[in-house]
Amino acid sequence: MPDVCANLVSKQFFTFAEPPHELVLESGERLGPVTIAYETLGVLAPDKDNAILVVHALTGDSHVAGCYTKDDARPGWWEIMVGPGKAIDTERYFVICANVLGGCMGSTGPSSLNPATGHPYGLTFPLLTIGDMVAAQKALVDHLGIARLLAVVGGSVGGMQVLAWCARYPEMVRAAIPLATTPRHSAQSIAFNEVARQAIMADPHWRGGDYYEQGAKPDLGLAVARMIGHITYLSNESMRKKFGRQLKSRDALSFHFDAGFEVESYLRYQGNKFVERFDANSFLYLTKAADYFDLDDYAAAGLSAAEISFLVVAFTSDWLYPTEQSRTLVRYLKRNGMDVSFCEIESDWGHDAFLLPNERLHSLVAAFLSRVFRERSADG
Amino acid sequence: MRFDLRIIASLIEPGSRVLDLGCGEGELLQYLKEQKGVKATGIEKDEAEVAVCIGKGLSVLQGDFNLEVADYPPDSFDYIIISQTLQQVYEPVALINNLFSIGKKVVVSFPNFSHWRIRLQLLFAGYAPRSKELPYEWYDTPNIRVITLRDFRNFAREKGIAILKEVAINTHRQQKTGHIVHFLPNLRATYGIFLIGRADR
Repeated sequence: MPDVCANLVSKQFFTFAEPPHELVLESGERLGPVTIAYETLGVLAPDKDNAILVVHALTGDSHVAGCYTKDDARPGWWEIMVGPGKAIDTERYFVICANVLGGCMGSTGPSSLNPATGHPYGLTFPLLTIGDMVAAQKALVDHLGIARLLAVVGGSVGGMQVLAWCARYPEMVRAAIPLATTPRHSAQSIAFNEVARQAIMADPHWRGGDYYEQGAKPDLGLAVARMIGHITYLSNESMRKKFGRQLKSRDALSFHFDAGFEVESYLRYQGNKFVERFDANSFLYLTKAADYFDLDDYAAAGLSAAEISFLVVAFTSDWLYPTEQSRTLVRYLKRNGMDVSFCEIESDWGHDAFLLPNERLHSLVAAFLSRVFRERSADG
Repeated sequence: MRFDLRIIASLIEPGSRVLDLGCGEGELLQYLKEQKGVKATGIEKDEAEVAVCIGKGLSVLQGDFNLEVADYPPDSFDYIIISQTLQQVYEPVALINNLFSIGKKVVVSFPNFSHWRIRLQLLFAGYAPRSKELPYEWYDTPNIRVITLRDFRNFAREKGIAILKEVAINTHRQQKTGHIVHFLPNLRATYGIFLIGRADR
């Protein structure tokens, strides 16, 4: 992939909130110092008006696009969307992507060392909100000297962060693209997250979150949590197309509890792959933050006075955050006099659709950003 | 641009806030935005057409405008345009009432069902009339109502709606040319375009 690896990026770190100036969280607890891992692509314009913050979903990281080395085989998680000549065109825009606070890909989270004790935080790490994640991103954006972002873009839990940005720091956002997201979790979404958390906490290796110095990690529980997540990211139709009742390398039922069906094998593979890169406690904290998110908690203060253009996108087969939840968001934005565009894209691929190649999505994002970029000087 | 849309555009004040219901590919909105500096918003139910609009840099919502109009704060718009669609609306009275709560003036256009060609078709051929403006069969038409210029004037009088301007035109559905009909419009115009407001304002 020569065109991919021509786009070299590196993971950088920004540390702030050194005691006694800790970050004050929404819970009232204080956290510091805080390190945020981030990557940038493209060039920041002299008047710093071309910056786009891409926010990742639940278990993503700062590696949105490009490669770390010339022969890096694993490009970023949104390679199809971000890069030279792509919808989020790095020849025109300066793209920033940071690992969320509470994550485990370089930013401070429960697996980080607590400088006060010299041991990993574990469950002594404070509970976080989506608003806290955004507050940490804001510190990074301030540090980069950017007064107003051209756009904040993200899908799923990333979409919640987009909304929290608009509500908490409306003067810093010119345009917002929340994709496949929701203004608040339904009971059903909370329920899936709770089952996933219970799977982790039921793993004997979890040890109340204090497993980092014990050798074994709660891998089985985390793998099951990931399997549950994967079911909610797909759709009945996409699973039928992808797996059906296909058997794995056999043409008859095995009468055994091995992964006989393709779909079983797929879920086991996804679960096992996930535990290599993700921390179980981070998973607990991040899912809880998503469950806690409610746009109403932020919106009254911020959004009503904001001058932000929105592009809201939903996908027909997304049953984790169904179109109706995006419509609720659109209704809310309209009532507050926001400039909002909304498109429901026909897709069989469920919630995952925003991460997959989709001509319609890419052209919508490209056109909307072009317009915002074109109009950026007109509205000051 | 289509002749009927040019006439509608001529009714819109520069710099105003405009909502176009059933905006299609945004031809009118784009013209109004670029030529008259309006703040343009559209509602369209077709995904592909919404995408074309957003591609043109317009703010457009995908949805059913009968429902979508309910969610705007009062007086959000100076003009709301409902072009060649009124004959498809299930509850036109409720819709127009809703429009007057979110907008000051409404531009309505519809095919005139009392055009002489339609009258003759029914009289001599005995078929449900089909024309270039209303090209459907009875079983596949989206048009659930027939409206004439005279019907609309009566409707406005009964409902306390002020007709601020009426333009009768002769053009075809997708045509760029046409002319304004001054003499016997209810008989000779293929379309009626009305700028209406609330009589009590």
